[in-house]
Amino acid sequence: MSKILFKNCKVVDTSNEKIVKSDVLIEDGVILDALPSIDLKDVEIIDCNGNFLIPGLVDMHAHLREPGDEYKEDIRTGTMAAIHGGYVALVSMPNTNPPCDNRSVVEYILRRSKEEGNADVFPCGTITKRRQGEELAELADMAEGGAIAFSDDGSWVQSSGVMRRALEYSKFFGGIIISHPEDRTLTVRGVANESPFTIKLGLRGMPEEAETIAIFRDIELARLTKGRLHIAHVSSKGNIELIKLAKASGLNVTAEVTPHHLIFDEESLSNYDPVYKVNPPLRTRDDRHALLEALKDGVIDIIATDHAPHADFEKMDEFNSAPFGMIWLDLAFVVLYNELVVSGGMDLVRLTKVMSTRPAELLKLEGLGAIEKGYKASFFAFNPEAEITINREFIKSRAFNTPLYNSSMRGKVEWTVKDGKIYRF
Amino acid sequence: MDSQSLTKKDLLGLNELDREEIELILDTARSLREILYRPIKKVPTLRGKTVVNMFFEPSTRTQSSFDLAAKRLSADTVSVSTRGSAVQKGESLLDTLLNIDAMKADAFVIRHWASGAPHFLARYTKAAVINAGDGTHEHPTQALLDILTMQDRFGSIEGLDVLIVGDILHSRVARSNIFGLKKLGAKVTLSGPPTLLPEYFQDLGADISYDVDEAVKDKDVIMALRIQKERLEEAYFPSIREYRKFFGITIERLRKAKENAVIMHPGPVNWGVELDFDLLQERESLILNQVTNGVAVRMAVLYLFIKGEKES
Repeated sequence: MSKILFKNCKVVDTSNEKIVKSDVLIEDGVILDALPSIDLKDVEIIDCNGNFLIPGLVDMHAHLREPGDEYKEDIRTGTMAAIHGGYVALVSMPNTNPPCDNRSVVEYILRRSKEEGNADVFPCGTITKRRQGEELAELADMAEGGAIAFSDDGSWVQSSGVMRRALEYSKFFGGIIISHPEDRTLTVRGVANESPFTIKLGLRGMPEEAETIAIFRDIELARLTKGRLHIAHVSSKGNIELIKLAKASGLNVTAEVTPHHLIFDEESLSNYDPVYKVNPPLRTRDDRHALLEALKDGVIDIIATDHAPHADFEKMDEFNSAPFGMIWLDLAFVVLYNELVVSGGMDLVRLTKVMSTRPAELLKLEGLGAIEKGYKASFFAFNPEAEITINREFIKSRAFNTPLYNSSMRGKVEWTVKDGKIYRF
Repeated sequence: MDSQSLTKKDLLGLNELDREEIELILDTARSLREILYRPIKKVPTLRGKTVVNMFFEPSTRTQSSFDLAAKRLSADTVSVSTRGSAVQKGESLLDTLLNIDAMKADAFVIRHWASGAPHFLARYTKAAVINAGDGTHEHPTQALLDILTMQDRFGSIEGLDVLIVGDILHSRVARSNIFGLKKLGAKVTLSGPPTLLPEYFQDLGADISYDVDEAVKDKDVIMALRIQKERLEEAYFPSIREYRKFFGITIERLRKAKENAVIMHPGPVNWGVELDFDLLQERESLILNQVTNGVAVRMAVLYLFIKGEKES
């Protein structure tokens, strides 16, 4: 591959926490230099037109549905949606069919993403066999085969004993154990937050305490084992304090929040539109504000999308029967730029860090999270002025289950570069 | 007949109606009610209109009441239920609606086990959607007939002291009654075990009491709700016996209410659980008046919500 020079960029410099006018030179998928001005002849020049150049995003929580539910999404469509949204790497959740609970499924996912993938896929294996919460899956073998983390996502490991072993056992190969914190005995048939608002709607509640109890237990097990714990989709205010305390006492605990818990709350459910049905459920406005503050001050480490594609016919049902989840890969950055940067009091550098630098750090992915000499040539050009309409043509995911469907907004990923390969939109 | 009409397409719940709209339905029900006492119980008002009853949950009273109401007004009626329909073959709720809608219906009367099901369907049809009970959300026509029955007995709802006892958490009847009664100026008190009566219900403007003996004092209306035995499996309370002991309406408890207090119940009643059978010896029950008024209220609702030309 020959050299490419990106001129006239506003680079989001995550190391120095500022935005700098800069030129970026790449070769063979690697950044050769990023300097205020680079002048070279005989290289391909791409003009950024003064748009932001942002390090490629990393999603620690996505459902690609392959193998098993390819009618919802597959590795090709999911990773194309990712590239379209500025993501260059993502962690695929293991609640597939069959579940990713052994090395052969890990290797299958890696092979498929090599064949058809756009963004890089790092498989997450299950913690327990068949995701049943009873026996440990072959964690080390999966890790050797390429699994980057372990989670029974969609289910909490209800047995404290099994979770303890997972956190303890995974230390010898450095695995990350991801908890989906939900005490199921408190959320039986639940579909929405338990609150005065949802009581009025007659929707069966899932109290935030179901999450708090689970987080508290897992933090205590991390204390006992000194294991590596990551907490998925924190959704409410009360839990932030627990994570803060765990971090203050030196535990190796990190946490994520989804875009939907940052920008929507339970009041969106008044129409019973299942597009807003997610797990954990959308909580109160107060929770939403607290999550944003926790993200700003670093108690919550990263934004992970929980991209959860479902076919139209599945979501076009009454609220109780529709499945949980919404799609994000195509949209997360543009939407969060508008909601958090333009009107939420977060700066662009911070947003970039929680969507790129920090998740790359947590996953120990080399060469991602910054636009600097020696890093991967994986970044995207973001034009904050261009208008997009989120319709069937725009969305690259196979699914369309987002409340933002058919809405328009400003901000567009003009192109994404991944390991030197350019995708233009 | 009052020439006023409602602007809303659907009747989804009393929470979204204002006082005037509720009163219009009640006034209309009162004027249509006399048809039920004629020798020929039929008027041509909705001739040529089609009412589809879609019941995805078992129902005796509500389904036959809606069916009779439509027939009294000369509408054609069709029934779709879970059993014996394509729903059993796995047809989705939406497809079921769209297929019947394609046969050109004027109103869908929907009973469904899921809260919000009528709201969901209402977005996909131009026909009126009438909520005949959705999950644990609302049962607006039940509350309307309850309120009409109270009006018949007491003249006005304003200032009336109403107690609702039982499984409030899972009760669509309770929710609709709270919304409707509060809008018409009644005072509503709720009672039941705390597992079935979360404090959140205060936010709906009702008082809460976990002591039924206290709560029945000075009440005009005591409405008991059906206790479902399946709640036992989820540990909401330990036994039927214990429920009756602490929350059942017994003669002793009833004697603490106002002398002219009445007993109501949306049915079906578990005699000996939420209501003791022998209290009928002593006090007036309006349970069957409720049922008669049910037909009148549903005639009013169909009349007011079915748009287009109507014969008077």
